[in-house]
Amino acid sequence: MVEYAWLIPVLPLFSFLIIVLFGRYLKNDSDKIGIGSLFISFLLAIGVLLEVINGSTITKEFVWATHGDIEIAFGYSVDALTAMMFVVVTFVSLMVHVYSKGYMEGDSRYKRFYACLSLFTASMLGLVIANNLLLLFICWELVGLCSYLLIGHWFEDIENVLAANKAFLTTRVGDIGMLIGVIMIFAMGKTFNFAELTHLVEHGEIAGVGLTVATIFLFVGAIGKSAQFPLHVWLPDAMAGPTPVSALIHAATMVVAGVYLVARMFLIFAAAKTTLTVVAFIGGFTAIFAASIALVEEDIKGVLAYSTISQLGYMVLALGVGAYTAGVFHLMTHAFFKALLFLASGSVIHAVHTQNMHKMGGLLKKMKVTGWTWIIGSAALAGVPPFSGFWSKDEILLGAYHSDYKILFWIGVIAAFFTAFYITRATIMTFFGEPRDDHAYEHAHESPSVMTIPLILLAILAFGSGFVNSPLTDMAFGKFIALEHGHHASPSSFVQMTAVGATLSGIILGWLIYGLRIISRKSIIKFLYPVWRLLKGKYFIDEIYNVVAIRGSLALSKLIGAFDKYVVDGIVNLTGRLGVFIGDLIGDFDNKVVDGAVNGVRNTFYVGSRLIRNAHTGYLQSYALTLFFSVLIGLIIIVIGG
Amino acid sequence: MLSTLVFVPLIGAIITMFLPKEEDRIIKIFALLVSLIPIVLVGMMWLDFDMAAAGMQFVEKAEWIPSLGVTYHLGVDGISFPLLVISALITTMAIITSWNIDHRVKDFFAFVLLLETGLLGLFVALDYVLFYIFWEIVLVPMYFLIGIWGGPRRRYASIKFFIYTLLGSVVMLVGILALYFGSGLQTFDILTIAQQANLSPTFQWWLFLAFFLGFAVKVPVFPFHTWLPDAHVEAPTGGSMLLAGVLLKMGAYGFYRISYTTFPDAAQSFALFMGVLGVVNIIYGALAAMAQEDVKKMAAYSSISHMGFVLVGLAAMTPMSMNGGLYVLFSHGLISPLMFFFVGSVFYDRTHTRMMGELGGLYTKIPLAAGLLAFTAFANLGLPGLSGFIGEFFTFAGTWTELPNLVMIAVVGLVFTAAYHLRMMQKVLMGDAPAKYDGLPDISARELWVAIPLMLLIIWAGIYPNTLLSFFNPSVESILAVLGVM
Repeated sequence: MVEYAWLIPVLPLFSFLIIVLFGRYLKNDSDKIGIGSLFISFLLAIGVLLEVINGSTITKEFVWATHGDIEIAFGYSVDALTAMMFVVVTFVSLMVHVYSKGYMEGDSRYKRFYACLSLFTASMLGLVIANNLLLLFICWELVGLCSYLLIGHWFEDIENVLAANKAFLTTRVGDIGMLIGVIMIFAMGKTFNFAELTHLVEHGEIAGVGLTVATIFLFVGAIGKSAQFPLHVWLPDAMAGPTPVSALIHAATMVVAGVYLVARMFLIFAAAKTTLTVVAFIGGFTAIFAASIALVEEDIKGVLAYSTISQLGYMVLALGVGAYTAGVFHLMTHAFFKALLFLASGSVIHAVHTQNMHKMGGLLKKMKVTGWTWIIGSAALAGVPPFSGFWSKDEILLGAYHSDYKILFWIGVIAAFFTAFYITRATIMTFFGEPRDDHAYEHAHESPSVMTIPLILLAILAFGSGFVNSPLTDMAFGKFIALEHGHHASPSSFVQMTAVGATLSGIILGWLIYGLRIISRKSIIKFLYPVWRLLKGKYFIDEIYNVVAIRGSLALSKLIGAFDKYVVDGIVNLTGRLGVFIGDLIGDFDNKVVDGAVNGVRNTFYVGSRLIRNAHTGYLQSYALTLFFSVLIGLIIIVIGG
Repeated sequence: MLSTLVFVPLIGAIITMFLPKEEDRIIKIFALLVSLIPIVLVGMMWLDFDMAAAGMQFVEKAEWIPSLGVTYHLGVDGISFPLLVISALITTMAIITSWNIDHRVKDFFAFVLLLETGLLGLFVALDYVLFYIFWEIVLVPMYFLIGIWGGPRRRYASIKFFIYTLLGSVVMLVGILALYFGSGLQTFDILTIAQQANLSPTFQWWLFLAFFLGFAVKVPVFPFHTWLPDAHVEAPTGGSMLLAGVLLKMGAYGFYRISYTTFPDAAQSFALFMGVLGVVNIIYGALAAMAQEDVKKMAAYSSISHMGFVLVGLAAMTPMSMNGGLYVLFSHGLISPLMFFFVGSVFYDRTHTRMMGELGGLYTKIPLAAGLLAFTAFANLGLPGLSGFIGEFFTFAGTWTELPNLVMIAVVGLVFTAAYHLRMMQKVLMGDAPAKYDGLPDISARELWVAIPLMLLIIWAGIYPNTLLSFFNPSVESILAVLGVM
């Protein structure tokens, strides 16, 4: 089966091509192409995973570019990480494809939507199968393109277009950094191949400051793609896209690409201690920073967006403290429960036609499947034992606890407390209590089964996928995915107790404030008003960027435009006028040659030829002149230089 | 073979002049058929091309003016061959694009074919006199194309184009003559002079400068670029396509063919200077493009920006950077004509405006044309998987080992490049469409004949670079051997 692994990204790519080329004949059957090809990919991914578990791998290469004596090879390889990613990406994407059949029904650009979904999935699968940095980068950018196209799916509303632009440009800033990193690594190793690069790093042939700087630049790409601080600003806006797209972006494609990059190059990153420290602190800071914004968010998708940023921060933190398995493990569990939460929120939005949680409430009664699957997803996110998120978050905190920086552990714990609080708040505001908007509540209804079945399937995994790396299965996942050099920290009951304590206190506090309303929300806001304002304003980072980066570049471009028009071209025109003036003096150059030529072309061959003769006479005069000067200057040069 | 290739369009142009002038359709079909012949010939040459050879192939050499040492010397190598492909292809595309021309049809197509002879001849000429003649031949038809069939400010633009490039070429002529007298070899043969002339470093320096000015105007290099936006805005779209796709390649080709092989010492001392100018081109062009309201003007500044990559690649003098520069030339030769075709013809013919403020929401009205414009924009902004990225990436990767600081600055330009393309798409394609654009016809079959071949080549060159690199690499290696860096 593993020899057919290349089909896994290629099938959705074909689906994209078929929909693009034959969409006009397919009409709304485009969804069948997308879903069908992805379903086969998913089955293949399962088959490949089973074989990889039994020890098969595969690598194939061909020469792609030749420069001097450097040959750049392109190819793919399948190992444990790739096999796991295949299953996660194809499964989540398949769920999104199926769900979209209900959610996007009747959309005016239904075909385009499925074409983009297919390309999106294909790019992400290509990114995962690439055995070299350059192919990964190519797929990386295609993933960015698709997210641009999908975020801007409803481009009649210019707000959505601006969100799409923001996503593309912000990640582009990160990509520029990554490009430098790719080039630097290549300059040192003369190869893009991951295995060869790892080999060179392990033998100390790439080392020192060069390696540190290069890996930091590569990480800048991950910061952009995985929405880490300070390039996180695009992700909350990205929810302008249709909700299934948000699920795909937040769970299985796009944002996990950055985490995957670090995981894929983990042994290379690990050789640069400074880089890992940077990675760990960026991740830790992002985890707590984004979680704090989610505390006050009113938009149900907004809560999930900041939640994603925060959870990605956890993954990055894990990789930064060397807990490779934990990072990858959390990537997997998060993919399931976050896809679930997004799709469930989509089901809610579909029913009540608002994203504002203040207009929801009591929906559990009307939407049993959506409500209960959401609650399972929330429990996984909050880290309630034995839901999946509990196992993976616990691993991360364990890694942070054993790292050189204890502060990272405590940051993780506080972020876990925030996480439990904000998701409890969102759950209660949406599904419990009294309906706050009667109109919306009246219209609420459970979604069709094409939407709820994906929710149920995802809920099963959001609950159960954590067990693959639990004592029950003897840490099977960790053993499967582990790199030979990966160390495994011994479990600590202190870490476990603290993590569970943070989760439970977050849930209880949320319940006290929003469920029982024993603690008044208003008085807390009053008490902590400056903090509340800061969080509400999302630390005003967008505003700062707007003033500094966006207005700055626009002003600069206007300046350059004006400079070009008035100064550079002004000088040219001035010189031109001077030339014309002199030309007038020496022979009415302008009239006879230039104007004469323009106005003088005649239609007939005879007149045409006469004209060319005329023009040539004009030419000849100036030629004779130039020739004379040329010879003169030529002689001078010979005298000086010769 | 090469003589046939070069002069078929000229013969076609002459015959065109004898066709009955009221038979527009016959003239157009005739011109189209003539322009297909070079494509077939180039295709046949491709089959016979020896990929392993670094030297000239299909050489034709004959005495011409023996007393002065002028020879009729043609040949093609891995650097010029891809440019022949572009010249032949874009001429045909320009002819198809110009199907709507109804004013002095005969003259128009005769000039286009004459232009093709000039371009093909330039890229195969191996004698300075021949080179110079073709260089000037190119100038004349383009001047008339802008001056007669151009937009409202055509007079200004055409005169500016003419005088600007004439000044550049006059300086180059000075250089050619100085080289002839200074080398003392009694020959105008480009290869012979490059191999045998023993020029002192100072002399080389002056000559490099003279040729540099000639080439710099054509590239164009900042600050000699202001003729380009005007010429593009006013030129008929077919002319813009040839201008952006092929004429801009002449200067850069000159650096590869002449400056680097004949003045290797001077090239070394000019390298950093050229690199800096290249970075200025990239960033300045991108920022200026961002400030434009006219889509065609934006595309013109975008060309300036992209040509900067070629200079950077030349400056670094590594196999990868020099290959990258050539790749940018080829790729830009495909993408920029496509861009001008869309903004100047497909969209302009329907909406009669090129101002971003007046356009909008066209994706909902003409989805296919809009999708293809978006494809072109992404190709132009360097999306991986399409040809633009390959050239830019290899240029930067190859330059890094020599001039990392320049790369660090130049990559910032990529953000601006993305920004102005996204802005253009936002303003032209997205949002709500004004009611006046209801019922516009989507892209026609004729227009697809222009777009699809170019798009397929852009995709192919973006997926598998070795097709082109196997042409470039041996020739670039031999240039680097002359430069003494390999």
